[in-house]
Amino acid sequence: MTYLLLFYEFFKTGLFAVGGGLATLPFIYDMSARYPEWLSVNDISNMIAVSESTPGPMGVNMATYTGYTVGGALGSVIATVGLVLPSLVIIVIIAKFLQKFQENKLVKHAFYGLRPAVAGLIAAAALQVMKVAVLTLDKFSETHNILNLADPKALLICIATLILLYLKPLKKIHPIVYILCGAVIGVLIY
Amino acid sequence: MRKLLEMFITFAKVGVMTFGGGYAMLPILEREVVSNKKWATSEELLNYFAVGQCTPGIIAVNTATFIGYKNKGVPGAVAATAGVIFPSLIIIMLIAAFLQNFAEIEFVQHAFAGVRAVVAALIIQAVVKFFKSGVKDVTGFVIFILAFVLAGLLGISSVYVVIGALIVGLIAGRLGRCKE
Repeated sequence: MTYLLLFYEFFKTGLFAVGGGLATLPFIYDMSARYPEWLSVNDISNMIAVSESTPGPMGVNMATYTGYTVGGALGSVIATVGLVLPSLVIIVIIAKFLQKFQENKLVKHAFYGLRPAVAGLIAAAALQVMKVAVLTLDKFSETHNILNLADPKALLICIATLILLYLKPLKKIHPIVYILCGAVIGVLIY
Repeated sequence: MRKLLEMFITFAKVGVMTFGGGYAMLPILEREVVSNKKWATSEELLNYFAVGQCTPGIIAVNTATFIGYKNKGVPGAVAATAGVIFPSLIIIMLIAAFLQNFAEIEFVQHAFAGVRAVVAALIIQAVVKFFKSGVKDVTGFVIFILAFVLAGLLGISSVYVVIGALIVGLIAGRLGRCKE
């Protein structure tokens, strides 16, 4: 019965959370209010921290974690499948439609407007990541000292990575190599 | 069957290498799916991201489903989706079982301070790439700036930005301003 409920709750989240991982948060908070024995608000804060420091989409991490605390490994799988199932079905239907109407003028026009917007959204996401990873805006607004605008160590890592990314002979290096180097350097210098 | 397995493994790789949610996945996805496997072009990837933004579910999962379906139909969609969630499923289960205070370990915090700075650089590079493939004219540039300001500076939900851009695209098309 618990498993069925778990599936239903995450299916609902997957069906109504539009706009990516963070959009699942309000649903998870709502869930913890209705099922306090499943997870507490404190658990959610922990999950956010864990999600940010492990690979994978945040929504999936949340579902897996809650599923595990409620019903072990099987609970994990059930919650995650529940979360993913609605979008799987919806996207397959849209993909089918898109394939059929790819050459349709209206679809082309729609994507003509969407592509630059998504590029803009990615730029906005880059700003968010910079705020968390490199910039120290709190410190800056307190002191108004331009030197407090960014964490010097993080800024150095970020700029060094950018330079390496744009060096021609290094183009073949996989991004994961830089990520691993970042982890090692982080442990060494902080 | 082999292609399905290949798809599962490739997306599992993408899942393992994505730190920090949907957008952080873009640089890795670009490398694995566009450059290496050629399962989609970078323009198509932008299309999928746009649709993934305004449909329910996690963007990373939606994008995987799209690419899987495009190449191998429904089984491909399932294989790609299963692949992208598989690593987190295992990793989070292990953390939930053994490491309750994982995120508070000092070593982990330091490592991730470094990882985040690198991910910031990778996403900046992705912005440049997708700007090049997504912005083709002045109208596109205006949409790009508007989307950035609305979502990045004013905190408007990306769902509305996407819907707005769709309408602008249709109107621009009507006025004959689309470059094919």
